[in-house]
This record gives sequence, structure tokens and C-alpha cells, in this order.
Amino acid sequence: MDNLLELQGVCLTYHTKNKETPAIKDLTFSVKRGEFTAIIGPSGCGKTSIMTLISGLMPASGGKIIIDGEPVVKPSDKIGYMLQKDELFPWLTIMKNVMLPLEIKKKSNDKAKEYVTTLLEKYGLKEFADYYPNQLSGGMRQRAALIRTLAASPELLLLDEPFSALDYQTRLSVCNDVHKIIKTEGKTALLVTHDISEALSLADKIVVLTDRPSRVKNSYELDFDKELSPLKRRENKEFSQWFETLWRQLN
Amino acid sequence: MEKYSYEHALYLKKLRRQNIVVYALRFGILASFLALWEVLSDTGVIDGFIFSSPSRILNTIKSLYLSGELFSHIATTLFETILGFAIASVSGILVAVVMWWSDTLKKVTEPYIVVLNSLPKIALGPLIIIWFGAGSGAIIFMAVIITVIVTIINMLAGFIEVDGGKILLLKSMGASKRQIFTKLIFPASLPTLVSTLKINVGMSWIGSIMGEYLVSKQGIGYLIVYGGQVFKLDLVMASTFILCVLAGVMYALVAFAEKSLLKRR
Repeated sequence: MDNLLELQGVCLTYHTKNKETPAIKDLTFSVKRGEFTAIIGPSGCGKTSIMTLISGLMPASGGKIIIDGEPVVKPSDKIGYMLQKDELFPWLTIMKNVMLPLEIKKKSNDKAKEYVTTLLEKYGLKEFADYYPNQLSGGMRQRAALIRTLAASPELLLLDEPFSALDYQTRLSVCNDVHKIIKTEGKTALLVTHDISEALSLADKIVVLTDRPSRVKNSYELDFDKELSPLKRRENKEFSQWFETLWRQLN
Repeated sequence: MEKYSYEHALYLKKLRRQNIVVYALRFGILASFLALWEVLSDTGVIDGFIFSSPSRILNTIKSLYLSGELFSHIATTLFETILGFAIASVSGILVAVVMWWSDTLKKVTEPYIVVLNSLPKIALGPLIIIWFGAGSGAIIFMAVIITVIVTIINMLAGFIEVDGGKILLLKSMGASKRQIFTKLIFPASLPTLVSTLKINVGMSWIGSIMGEYLVSKQGIGYLIVYGGQVFKLDLVMASTFILCVLAGVMYALVAFAEKSLLKRR
């Protein structure tokens, strides 16, 4: 079994002046290379905290997080983190925004630029490379944010409710785009969301979390046809059955 | 030139007309104020000796020019103001950067900044004269101390306001604190920087004129104080007029800098 990401008994406690709150307790799961995993859970169960821990921005209170055989201690080049909002810098062109991770990692060279340009071209943003973010639609901005996440060639993508800031129509089509891009580029992805149907339309595997302090309640391998796009999946008969199952799990 | 629809042409015409009205009123108010002032003073309704008049002001400026004093007074005050403005702006920004950098330092220094901000700086006048001597040094120091605290407070607030999500994003890319500052915090704070500079123009003028009130042998502030003491109110009015023009020009320069700095926002 080739696991790209492994969490073993991960704990996290939040400290405030008056009390300490256990947010995550004994969380154990793994993500296989090339797999799209979604984590769903009741709101406030610390989904974003899990992402922060995996991305190495915050140390866990206990347990182990292992990426590609190495324990996580600081932000790693193997991870690309995509946030709820696109967080594009309004004073930079799309090209410069997309190059940002490479610039930060001091890997901005001609080869990197070429790679990023092919990504922009492949996903329909090449003509907009010299535009500024406020000249683009919400869906295009989110696509640009994904390309920025891919620019430094991470192996694992962390998607923290990346569609929640979009309206419903755009969300469906961006969801489709993102799925296509991640599959074409052969990336491993971990998505956290509170939206059951979003998780169902994107993921190969769904992990359901309990209320706080969160642990894994159940996990499911989805058996949809690999060729189905997220939109097509929603039309599938099994979709509503899965929805029913997961909905019961959450309530 | 693009061809517009009739409706759009009407809209443009309306915009233009509005613009003309605004400028005409602006100019009209000034012109009628000056004319009224002149007439009232000439006809003796108000005492020209106490209230002066536009023609008296112009004559005063002319005689200052003819005696060769005009530009040396202007140069003195401009020098003090611009130097005070520059020193205060640069050092204020630097202090704000350091305070942003170290959270502990920020917490430690915060009460000092608050107290210094509410202290009327003119209270330090006697001390400043003794420390810096009765000359330009004291005046520049006054301009700096009045401007610098506001700069620190404004810039620090601007730095702290920057979106936490963007900071998180950069951190997840493995950015160092220095990179976070240069790639995000500083460019994101440019609008704050510009508005701070605009405020600083006014503050440094207050500082330099106040400084000249305290100690000076030259400068616009000196002319005002001297004019008041010897009851040459024409001189006071003329100096105030010159001040208005200078402050306006300096503000226009900053506004121009704003336009070129914030083109893309």
C-alpha cells in the first residue's frame, strides 16, 4: 500500500486563558497516492485545523503526521494549500500571482515559467495572464488559485472548502474544472468540506468525522465509474443513496 | 474615437456640465469673497488696518519680493517643513515595521506611543529650545516629533489590517517573515502609506510653523509672529496666504504621487 499521507493518533488541544479545548483526538487515517479523499464532518469539528496541521503551519499536540515517509515539522514543498477564498493579490497580474509560490521558494526560472504558462494555457487562462484579478470572474479566479497551488509541483493538494465563496452555478462548473485539472495532473488531493454532495461528486474516498473532539467515525470507498465527471456523478442513481448514508452519519 | 449612442453622448454632456458648474462655483466663491473684502475695506466699512484687504496683501508680498526677503523666508520654512516631513515619514515607517515584526516589542511600546500621541508636543517647546538651540534644528525637531507618532500609529494599523488568509497562504508556501513583509504586507499597505503621507504634509506644516513661533529669525511663521507683535496685520495676512499656496502645492505633489503609486487598484 503506497500511502502519500498518514495521520497516526493525531491530537490537537486549543489553549485559551480560561480553558483548554480538545479539538482533535486520536485522528488516524491515510491517503493513497493519486487518490482524491474528502473529509466531511459537522461544522466546528476542526476540519480546517486538520489542514493547518498537515500543512505544517501548526504543531500537533500529539501523534504523527507523515508525508511521503517523512514526518511533518514545517511547511513542505510537497504540499500545495488552497484556501476558501482565492487570496489572489490584487496588485499582481495573474501570471505574477501564479508564480508566487515559485518566487517564495526561489525557484522562479525560465523552466518554471514555461511550466506555469502551459498550465495557464491548458486551463484557459493564458489570454488573461497579464490581467489583474479584479478583471476576472469568480470561477476564473478560483482556477487561477488552483494553478498557483500547482505551480510549485506539490504532490499533495490540500483543499479547504475551496468552492464555498462561489455562487452555486459557478461552484458546480469550477468543481468540474478542478476535478479535471487534478486528475489530469495526476495529483493526490485531500478536501475538507461540510457539503456532502460536493464531497460525493469529487472524491474516491470519504472520511466522516465525529463532533468535537473529532475522530474518524467512518470511512467509505466510493465506487463510481472513474470516468464520470462531478456533474455526471450527481445524476447517478447511487449518488442519492450515498447522500442518504452520509447524511445519517452526520446527524 | 468610438461612436457613442445618443443617450451616452447626453450622459457625457451632463457629466461635463456638472464639472463646469463645480469649477465655476469654486472660483466664484473665492472671487466674490475677495471682491467683497476689497470693497468693504476700501469704503471703510471694515478697518483695513485691522482686517487688511487683498490689494494690501498683494502690495505686502510685492514689497517683500522687492526687498529680496520673500524667497529667503519661503526657503527657510520649506526647508524645515520638507526635512521634518521626510525624517518623520521615513523613521515612522521604520519604527512601524519593527513593531510589526516583533509582537512582544509592539506590546511593550504600545502605552508609550499612546501617551506620546496624546501629549501636546508644544509643551516640549522650552526643552527643545534648550536641547537643540534657537535655530532650524529645534524647528525641524518640532516638525518631526509632531509627525512621527501619527505615522507610526497609522502605518502599524495598516500593516496589522492585512488579510490573515493571505498571510496563511504565504506561510504555507514556506515564506519567511521577511518575504511576508516584502511580498504582501508592504504592497498591501501602499494605500495606507499614501494617506499617511497626506496627513503628514499637514502635520509637518503645523510643526514647522509652531517651531517658528517658538524660536526663529526667519521663515513664514516668524513673519506672522513678527507681524502680530508690531501690528503689521497686512504682513500676517500675506504670510498666511503664502502658507496656503505652499501647503496646497505640497498636497498636490503627494496626490500626484498617489496617482502614480496606486494606478493598479
